[in-house]
Amino acid sequence: MRRPLTFKDRLAALLPKLVLSPSILAVSVGVYLFIVWTAAISFSSSKMMPRFDFVGLDQYVRLWSTPRWITAVENLFLFTALFLAVTIAIGLFMAILLDQKIRAEGVLRAIYLYPMALSFIVTGTAWKWIMNPTLGVQKVVNDLGWTSFTFDWITRPEVAIYCVVIAAVWQSTGFAMAIFLAGLRGIDNSIIKAAQIEGAGLTRIYLAIIVPMLRPAFLSVIVLLSYISIKSFDLVLALTNAGPGSATEMPSTFMFSATFLRNQMGVGAASAMMMLMTVAAIIVPYLYSELKEDRNGH
Amino acid sequence: MATDRRSARRARLIGRAFIYGALIALAAFYLMPLWVMIVTSLKSLDEIYSGSFIGMPQAVTFEAWGKAWSTACIGTKCEGLQPYFVNSLMMVIPAVILSSGIGAINGYVLTKWRFRGSNIVFGMLLFGCFLPFQAVLLPMAQVLGRLGLAGSIPGLVLVHTVYGIAFTTLFFRNYFITIPDELTKAAQIDGAGFFRIFFSIMLPAALPIIVVSCIWQFTQIWNDFLFGVSFTAGESSPVTVALNNIVNVTMGRKQYNVDMASAMIAAIPTLVVYVVAGRYFVRGLTAGAVKG
Repeated sequence: MRRPLTFKDRLAALLPKLVLSPSILAVSVGVYLFIVWTAAISFSSSKMMPRFDFVGLDQYVRLWSTPRWITAVENLFLFTALFLAVTIAIGLFMAILLDQKIRAEGVLRAIYLYPMALSFIVTGTAWKWIMNPTLGVQKVVNDLGWTSFTFDWITRPEVAIYCVVIAAVWQSTGFAMAIFLAGLRGIDNSIIKAAQIEGAGLTRIYLAIIVPMLRPAFLSVIVLLSYISIKSFDLVLALTNAGPGSATEMPSTFMFSATFLRNQMGVGAASAMMMLMTVAAIIVPYLYSELKEDRNGH
Repeated sequence: MATDRRSARRARLIGRAFIYGALIALAAFYLMPLWVMIVTSLKSLDEIYSGSFIGMPQAVTFEAWGKAWSTACIGTKCEGLQPYFVNSLMMVIPAVILSSGIGAINGYVLTKWRFRGSNIVFGMLLFGCFLPFQAVLLPMAQVLGRLGLAGSIPGLVLVHTVYGIAFTTLFFRNYFITIPDELTKAAQIDGAGFFRIFFSIMLPAALPIIVVSCIWQFTQIWNDFLFGVSFTAGESSPVTVALNNIVNVTMGRKQYNVDMASAMIAAIPTLVVYVVAGRYFVRGLTAGAVKG
């Protein structure tokens, strides 16, 4: 015979949900409701203060006819392409070298990865000084005897964005390396041995066998680096302050200055929504595929 | 045969030399900015302007460190980074404890007390890991204002806790899923309740992931700039915002040594954590790549 449920039993059954509910509430409000809120502002005529009227897509039209925003979007594409290509190339190269039974592997790995522990503001401050055209690297090379060497990119609008790429690559390569190395360690050594017996050279083995096997690692690295690049804000601010002029403007810096400095709240919200949609377009399919695999795996 | 073997050995040696050469060159490149920061911070301003950039200081001086810590001007106040460093500590400690604690219990519920819809809850939380914060800055600023927390450290603690839950829950959920359900089932049969199981079985088993979570949150929150610059102003700013202000002072002769000392001061806490517990830091880093 079943005992009737007492109050205590019911409480016990409810407890897990009860414990989880503050988090559900916090995330529902802090993430999802706030996104709706930002969306509402992007459809309103808000300038200095939020207003909840409806002006349709006016702010989006205004956004896409702002030259600064166009610059920001162009920069984002250029930056992302270069940042991903270089970071992945160097990161993979590092990981393959480190996988050759190296002495002091731990120390080297730690050196490649420490920039990830730094704030982008610190990185930006350091690289701004390194790229200083009068006292930085340029001066060092000039003093070594190569007097015509110039490295003044940070002051030249048409190439300043490459400075941001250099600093961002420096900060993130270790991350790509770590994921690739984990991928390499997961590959069965007997595959390499078998290919070697067949007479394949090491370069061939890597290009034809190992790299294709790293596909999941590539996917993770590409998705996560794209995410880093879309939200990169602090680095740009510390390194170039979106300048010279607006040469290194990015969507994140545009959003910030429109919203908090130029009293264009509606345009700022519209730019934030554009960023969100870009991230969602990359991240949601990625999470979905990861979760699906997870479920099949267990 | 003998020459064959010898040439093979030589090829191998050249290969090894190339590998080590490349690894060391890369290491030099990655260490260079840290080296430049340290030596610049230990030089006098005259030495810097006379053009010594990468070399050792001729005379080591800690003057720039002293200035950066206690007299450098940020806005109109000239008290150095010290008060902002304290702000960051006051922000990071409660935020790390709260977000990790909440993440731990969430992970426990989501693995050992699953209910209908708990996977949806997890998916909802997971997207929070990848939220571009620009999409929530405006409403958050409004809400903090209405709660009377605008421009305050408790406000930042709240923000970092809310947006930290996603990652910490992911950490603990992925860890607890590897602990066999039989363990908790057996404890339940023995009469242990929800909290008893959590505190005396799950938490003691979760030590490594607690370290991962705390280190990850510490690094993220300490290094945050976006929330700091959006929600605080003046005296309540965290150290990253203050550092950016010091560096962007445009008056007078630029004090590069003070800039570098300030950058080092802002970097030291996370660098120390990295040196002491790098292994756990890397685990946190690669957990974002859910499979890795």
